[in-house]
Amino acid sequence: MKEDVSPSGPPFVELKGISKRYGDLLANDGIDLAIAPGEIHALLGENGAGKSTLVKILYGVIEPSAGEIRWEGRPVTIGSPVEARALGLGMVFQHFSLFDEMTVAENIAVALSDEWDLAMVRSRLSEISRTYGLALDADRAVWTLSAGERQRIEIVRCLLQNPRLLILDEPTSVLTPQEAEHLFKTLDKLSAEGCSILYISHKLEEVRRLCRRATILRAGRVVATIDPRAISAREIAALMVGNEVGEIRSDAPHAPQGEVLRVNHLNMPPAGLHGVALKDINFVARAGEIVGIAGVAGNGQSELFAALSGERLADRADTVTIAGRACGTIGIDTRRRLSAAFVPEERLGHAAAPTHRLSENTLISHAATEVSRSGFILLNAAKRLARTIIKSFDVRTPEGDPQARKLSGGNLQKFVIGREIIRKPKLLIVDQPTWGVDAGAARLIRQALVDLAREGSAVVVVSQDLDELFEVADQMAVIHQGSLSPLKPIRAWTREAVGLEMLGVAQAQGGAHAV
Amino acid sequence: MTTFEAILLTIVTASTPLLIAALGELVTERSGILNLGVEGMMAMGAACSFAAAVTFDSTLIGVAAGILAGAFMAALFALVVLGFAANQVGSGLALTIFGLGLSGLIGAPFVGSRRDPIAPIDIPGLSDIPVVGRLFFEQDLFVYASIALTILIAIYLKRTRSGLTLRSIGENHASAHGLGLPVLRVRFLAILFGGACAGLAGAYLALVYTRFWSPGMTAGRGWIALALVVFAAWRPAWVLVGAYIFGAATVLQLHAQAAQWGIPSQLLSAVPYLATIIALLLLSLRYGRAIGAPGSLGMPFVPDR
Repeated sequence: MKEDVSPSGPPFVELKGISKRYGDLLANDGIDLAIAPGEIHALLGENGAGKSTLVKILYGVIEPSAGEIRWEGRPVTIGSPVEARALGLGMVFQHFSLFDEMTVAENIAVALSDEWDLAMVRSRLSEISRTYGLALDADRAVWTLSAGERQRIEIVRCLLQNPRLLILDEPTSVLTPQEAEHLFKTLDKLSAEGCSILYISHKLEEVRRLCRRATILRAGRVVATIDPRAISAREIAALMVGNEVGEIRSDAPHAPQGEVLRVNHLNMPPAGLHGVALKDINFVARAGEIVGIAGVAGNGQSELFAALSGERLADRADTVTIAGRACGTIGIDTRRRLSAAFVPEERLGHAAAPTHRLSENTLISHAATEVSRSGFILLNAAKRLARTIIKSFDVRTPEGDPQARKLSGGNLQKFVIGREIIRKPKLLIVDQPTWGVDAGAARLIRQALVDLAREGSAVVVVSQDLDELFEVADQMAVIHQGSLSPLKPIRAWTREAVGLEMLGVAQAQGGAHAV
Repeated sequence: MTTFEAILLTIVTASTPLLIAALGELVTERSGILNLGVEGMMAMGAACSFAAAVTFDSTLIGVAAGILAGAFMAALFALVVLGFAANQVGSGLALTIFGLGLSGLIGAPFVGSRRDPIAPIDIPGLSDIPVVGRLFFEQDLFVYASIALTILIAIYLKRTRSGLTLRSIGENHASAHGLGLPVLRVRFLAILFGGACAGLAGAYLALVYTRFWSPGMTAGRGWIALALVVFAAWRPAWVLVGAYIFGAATVLQLHAQAAQWGIPSQLLSAVPYLATIIALLLLSLRYGRAIGAPGSLGMPFVPDR
């Protein structure tokens, strides 16, 4: 498996023995990496494998504990991002380093050296936009832009400095498939012009599309450097995860039964300045099936979740019907009593109170049940319940009953999903079930969702991860700017059709619905 | 001088300290730091400036002492909220209580002393224009300085490189750090600037407005300045408008009380607050989407290295 691919020329950048220690944790452990001029080199690994730490070291944001960086054969120390940019390094961050209330031009100028003024930024911006097909309006405020446009700002910001090495950290996580393909073309062009690219991802398909060499990290160490086109996606996944990746077990085929959730002409104005209005949403979830809601972030998913859970109330009761009862105008607790359960996207602060213990956190959704009586908390019952959840859902905790904030993302997510599933709800609505969660935990969570549906519950999964939806959903619809596409069986969807719906162009092109 | 002219002049005097203190706080807040200690820094500025002015018999030394005292108090605040990433609300409240107490101690030996009024700067010719002449062209240096400061800060924030950096840091400190902008250094300077302005506002109170020292003489003006920044949606020009509306309402309601119109005095005392809120609310409705608070306002920042 350790198939060494040698670079096509002398390395442009070379990392030797890079280590970073945080207390007892070795985030990077003796990492060696070489990137040739004009090469698109992939850095692959699961969440927590040490990819982000490594690029932050390369970009001068954090200091390595040990190791050496060679730039064109010459050892360098990169003390800050300013020094990194002076060398010719550009970085496109995963969570964009943009300033929402400022304009595009201001966002670009702020990262450039002092000799740039806004007028220069404007003229070079239009030049770069034309050359690379990255259309941007210099005077728009960033908060009005889509994720794809925001990423363009980051890329243009780098290109203005004539980078010789461009680092992209999970660039496609917020893009539609079409926007991603556009990005790949830009990267191909840059690479052809001699710019080296370090491409960080955990999506195998796009790495195979872009790169000839990939370095795989696991638990802070390099496990292999491979040609991603020469070995199968399954083998690469095995290298990343460390053991063979299991498939989600689903006892298909099955017949969905009675209707549990009906959403009927649901309209809702946006909650705030940056919110999205829900426009005439209709769908039905039946017992025994998983309904997937796909879409790019910020297209009304959180608004839909709030309307379904009862965190925001509709003006008509019959917009949301749960288990036969019209409850569009009643709150979340009453809906829970109808045997519905809800898991919001934000696990810390929304699904769980950070400084409360796990046992206390069971009260958030079990208040009406066994853990309290006449307004008093039954502490022992809560502790028992927390222990049961911890055990059944393999939640790894630093101590018996820790504060929620002390759990890692994946473990807390297992806990909050387990807390709802253990009630055996007839309806479970979950927003982004595996966002930012490692592969093992993601698999466990998806399996639990599938199992719950197979036992006869209706499950609604709102997710931006298309792979996840294709894996677990029986029916799927796409949300775009607050409107929901028709719900169709998962086999009736192609990735392309989903992408068009995400862009909102399916209607315009006509007939794309009938894929 | 007519009564009308006299009223207009007192309005300017009442507004200027609010304007100076609010401008300083505006710069601090645009960098993402909420300093609730304005009242305390102002009190220290007043006490130290008055003590220094009486001791050395120099208004100039007094003003310098006021500014330094404000900046010193701000430096203490910066140490706590930047150095130890402490809670800004708690630290700011503590700074106010500390400043009010310490200013009482420093000012104690000077209770009962008085200073002579400082000479206004007369712009020849222009100040002879009827009614508005003296209002606009025969003021003391502080008034001109406060107007100039408003314009300079507006230009600084909107048009300069370093103003852009400061706004970015206030908007999103994590992104700014990721781009390599010096978050803590810029915030330290912004806090110092805010403190210096509060100190200057205090010096104005003690050396021009009252010309004596008494404990607690700031009388909540620091809090008004803080509120002005919020109502003005963090825009320098609106702070100017708000400060003058507040000053005008304060002076006019005093005259209304003296005129004995039968309106309860408590109600009249509330007029400046209501007038300021309503005026700035109308402004933000008129100009569409008001900018919200800086994105990182009040949040502690610990850079990872």
